[in-house]
Amino acid sequence: MEIRVTVNGQQHTSDVEPRTLLVHYVREVLGLTGTNVGCDTSSCGACSLHVDGEAVKSCTMLAVQADGASVTTIEGMANADGSLHPMQQAFMENHGLQCGYCTPGMVMAATSLLKEIPNPTEEQVRLGLEGNLCRCTGYHNIVKAVLAAAGK
Amino acid sequence: MIPASFEYVRAGSAKEAISLIGEHGSDAKFLAGGHSLLPLMKLRLAQPSVLVDIARIKDLSYITDAGDHIAIGALTRHMDVENSPVLAQHAPLLAHAASHVGDPQVRHRGTIGGSIAHADPASDLPATTLALGATYVVTGPNGSRSIAASDFYKGFLESDLAEDEMLTEIRVPKMDGAGWSFQKFNRRAQDWAIVGVAAWRKNGSSGVALVNMGQTPVLARQVSQALASGASIADAAQLAAADADPSADNNASVEYRTHLAKVLVRRALEQASA
Repeated sequence: MEIRVTVNGQQHTSDVEPRTLLVHYVREVLGLTGTNVGCDTSSCGACSLHVDGEAVKSCTMLAVQADGASVTTIEGMANADGSLHPMQQAFMENHGLQCGYCTPGMVMAATSLLKEIPNPTEEQVRLGLEGNLCRCTGYHNIVKAVLAAAGK
Repeated sequence: MIPASFEYVRAGSAKEAISLIGEHGSDAKFLAGGHSLLPLMKLRLAQPSVLVDIARIKDLSYITDAGDHIAIGALTRHMDVENSPVLAQHAPLLAHAASHVGDPQVRHRGTIGGSIAHADPASDLPATTLALGATYVVTGPNGSRSIAASDFYKGFLESDLAEDEMLTEIRVPKMDGAGWSFQKFNRRAQDWAIVGVAAWRKNGSSGVALVNMGQTPVLARQVSQALASGASIADAAQLAAADADPSADNNASVEYRTHLAKVLVRRALEQASA
């Protein structure tokens, strides 16, 4: 089936099998491998990206469901001049990553959260990231990073 | 994990969706947010040959004050239920329970109608709407009919919906200021409840329903009957599992679930009575 999707501002027209998952579409068809597959069961949040501005788990969405939508992946977060998105910068400054595997999903979930709650409490950040697991268990610095980004 | 192959068709209206599902037969499934169906398809526990995508039917996403009840379109997403000012005022138990479904990413996609039609006893919204005495409106080729939530759930992932019927609206009676509580016991924030309780109470009336305490969501009728007869909260809570038939799984034995239900019903009633 032919789909038209805008990914990181660029429009793509692709022919996909209906069973193609959105995460496989962005990784394998578009070559945007910043979005990770972790659990593949909509638990860990590593595959989080934005569809029309809201974080979703792209392992639990079909590419055909994103037909006509605007998708943003981690590759679309930094500015054109290479400078980091404020959330990425805050993760760097607050040591919000260790192995880094969960980081793209964390950044996408956190930026979606700040759109809905621009000045969250620490508890709201922790609840807002309940769908993202960090196996390094670096949650304290991740929460610190999100609070720092909210303050900017 | 990739689902087995299927044909994908998109419906622009409820009428078209019902016609498409009728055309494709018992092997076709409605796809709303996909957060119950797609995980099953990835595990190959479900292998529909046709998916009828209904998520783009915009006129089935609404939350409206309809006088004595709030009418909720079946395709209303959990996030919109959670943040609805109308529900915050008239059915705060439902809005709060919606905020406990999965995690924000899941709530951006999943719909209240999808959750109810999936009829998973471990899900939060089937039990919550059952506790609230909701009515479900389902539409088929010959028109619509209403089903009381207490008559809807027939077995594990089985409901009264016929193959060519679609859940279109959920009608939740206004709570009129009743006290309420939602208790969800789990080990990780985003998990399904090991046991959950949705409860409200006002004067002599109450509604108590249990999550994950049997093959269907369970209305704890005997708890409400005991309260109506003047029993204390502690005594009524002892009847928490009297209408339930829980199973054991990796998380909990039957005995543990039964114990949890009693504790959580007591806590819920205390909070709803405060």
